[in-house]
Amino acid sequence: MAAPHAPLRRLAPQIIILAAVLALNLAVFPDFFRIEFQNGRLFGNLIDVLNRGAPTALLAIGMTLVIATRGIDLSVGAVMAIAGAVAAKIVVDGHGWGTALLGALAAGGACGLWNGVLVAWLRIQPIVATLVLMVAGRGVAQLVTEGTILTFLNEGLIHLGAGTILGMPTPVVIWIALGAGVTWAVRRTALGLLIEAIGINESASRLAGINAKVLLTCVYLVSGLCAALAGVIVAADIKGADANNAGLWLELDAILAVVIGGNSLLGGRFSITASLLGALIIQSVNSAILLSGMPPEFNLVIKALIILVILVIQSPRIGHWLYILRASGGDPAPRRKTPVKETAR
Amino acid sequence: MTDPVRPVLHARGITKFFPGAIALADVELALHPGEVHALLGENGAGKSTLIKCLTGAYACDGGVVELDGQLVDPGSTQESQKLGIGTVYQEVNLLPNLTVAENLFLGRQPTRWGMISRRRMAAEAAEVLAGYGLDIDVREPLSHYSVAVQQVVAIARAVEMSGRVLILDEPTASLDQGEVELVFDVIRRLKARGLAIVFITHFLDQVFAICDRATVLRNGHVVGTRALADCAPRDIVHLMLGRQLESEVRERHGGQGGEVLAEIDGLGRRGMIEPFSMRIRQGEVIGLAGLLGAGRTETANLIFGAVQADQGGVRLRGRALSLKGPRDAIAARFALCPEDRKTDGIIGDLSVRDNIILALQARQGWARPIPRAKVEEIAQGYVRALDIRAASLDMPIRLLSGGNQQKALLARWLATEPELLILDEPTRGIDVGAHAEIIQLIERLREEGMSLIVASSEIEELVAYSTRVIVLRDRVQVAELEGGEITAGNIVRAIADEDREVA
Repeated sequence: MAAPHAPLRRLAPQIIILAAVLALNLAVFPDFFRIEFQNGRLFGNLIDVLNRGAPTALLAIGMTLVIATRGIDLSVGAVMAIAGAVAAKIVVDGHGWGTALLGALAAGGACGLWNGVLVAWLRIQPIVATLVLMVAGRGVAQLVTEGTILTFLNEGLIHLGAGTILGMPTPVVIWIALGAGVTWAVRRTALGLLIEAIGINESASRLAGINAKVLLTCVYLVSGLCAALAGVIVAADIKGADANNAGLWLELDAILAVVIGGNSLLGGRFSITASLLGALIIQSVNSAILLSGMPPEFNLVIKALIILVILVIQSPRIGHWLYILRASGGDPAPRRKTPVKETAR
Repeated sequence: MTDPVRPVLHARGITKFFPGAIALADVELALHPGEVHALLGENGAGKSTLIKCLTGAYACDGGVVELDGQLVDPGSTQESQKLGIGTVYQEVNLLPNLTVAENLFLGRQPTRWGMISRRRMAAEAAEVLAGYGLDIDVREPLSHYSVAVQQVVAIARAVEMSGRVLILDEPTASLDQGEVELVFDVIRRLKARGLAIVFITHFLDQVFAICDRATVLRNGHVVGTRALADCAPRDIVHLMLGRQLESEVRERHGGQGGEVLAEIDGLGRRGMIEPFSMRIRQGEVIGLAGLLGAGRTETANLIFGAVQADQGGVRLRGRALSLKGPRDAIAARFALCPEDRKTDGIIGDLSVRDNIILALQARQGWARPIPRAKVEEIAQGYVRALDIRAASLDMPIRLLSGGNQQKALLARWLATEPELLILDEPTRGIDVGAHAEIIQLIERLREEGMSLIVASSEIEELVAYSTRVIVLRDRVQVAELEGGEITAGNIVRAIADEDREVA
């Protein structure tokens, strides 16, 4: 509800960083921006970034809402494994892909509800409550797949991960649509305001008549559903459910995406768009490392370094220096010092 | 002061500024050897600040402290300890996992050839504690003993290390009657030894039981020092709460109020507040008076459902309400402005505008967002009506001054068009201008037919706007004053537990 240019100002740091990382990609691989249309499908490194970034992007949507309530959901990686396993199991048992998708979403929703009940009703700290499912979830997934990698050949299900819609890979369409849909849902209703309120001051929100318990439960439910979609996509992509490796450590990437998106881990104001840009930044970093032809053993170290630089640039102190620099330069409207607190509206 | 004996400690003109507020203004405190001196005042009156200034935890912005006629300026609590000023806090500041003896001698253990001599330490500790009438095994860990014993050990440590002035900051707050006696016994022994003792408590009976003189602080000023032998509890309560008791007479406008809006029937919660009943009429302001901890806030919270009652109920226009939480109360058009604005009121990082519409939006539900134009209309309307001063409605509410935050919170609740508005300490910590405006607002709302319950520690304020005053003492309603009976004097008498039953 702020001035019309506020959303752009909120997203400026993420857009600049994304541009910089993409430029880095271009530097190590001159053909990076080339996009071709072959066999009814778009090809190119840029499309790959969008496609490969889909699981993290999907997780980041739910994670943004959870973190806005001052929570965290560590279980999303494990929920991905469960959802993938359930989907695979259903098609292997001879049902259609629609049933499989619904089954996976139901499993993810149930996991989200479980987390929500632990956090909102039993008042367990989110990091501990979701750790339970993070540990137990892979076990559940293994029970579903009976300890094997459950492969399948169902065309419909595979299409969700490897197919295209109007030339665009399906996962890209899914995450962009879901991101837009959830953003629209929280900003066109009062949900966004209420979620931010309980994230900033739950006790005051409760006294103001906000149903914090139900809202908290819903937020974890949404996170579970997003994780289920991501799990289905990952399983469909490899045409099999790997209970051990599907979504492994992806919860950390999702949290990182939210943080790079400038959302405070202390809850409050959030921007889903910024988190999605954060997910793209992470994927672009991955892509730059791959394209540079560095030995793979450097990958994690370099990724860590690049992300460290990103976070340092975003730190309030650096922001404050920039503020002072601009203020002394006579800029009439210097940016406020903490990008984290900016409104998304 | 023209005292026959020179004070052990004499602080004069102590002044301390906090950003935007004066915490202490020209405070004088004189402590004589062998006296127990009570330091009294409501929360926020400046007791703790004064103690911190005396012990060097804060640097004073003005004033001098004389110890035995020598000017001192302790820069830290350690330094003031060395000078002879020892402090014991409500929370025992010792190490529970160490033995009693170790706690007594920590940092200055008796040594023998450079090694700590445990045997000598134990013997000396036992001897020290015997002087306090305590015969315990000093080799047991401190946590082995009750809080009262721990408190005595803390006192012993403070006295052994300092030995001239002892400051006791609410030492009895978490003790039962027998334990209090144990601590009092120790205080009497120390008094006989000629120490000057400062005693801080909220319990008036304890003040009269143990103290010789009392200094009362209000809003950072000393409002009086009295010898307790020749004054009554009422006088002290007067000093603590009253502002200008001369102006206590005022014309009473408004009458008994209209029809009964709500009836509260035996509402209570074990361990929190005794069951109470009251009738709330339309267009009346019920004042809740009482000292700190008397149950004002508890009463407000129980009626609003912020805390669940375990007995009794509330009827609205004769219909029983089920109050399971604030949401039920809000649905019944109740509203509560809580005492602690920062933790229970404002949503600090949200804009002033969002804070104002929050309760209304929460009642409408998430699916029906208030249209932007309507939000703007409501927010602007209340900003004008209540004169909320904010640079912009987009700025986070935490950046506003206390008075403006309070007005924004009032706006939040007025936007829900409540029938019963409960205000808990609506004027605490806000500037004089906003103070007067809020009192005017209460009057105006009452005239418009709203029912209000206002809990406040400011007695004149209650006298000014209440049509009825309920006095609480020790979590029980002890008196109800109506019409012409509402005077500061009557309220103070009821609070101070004098034999006067009000019809």
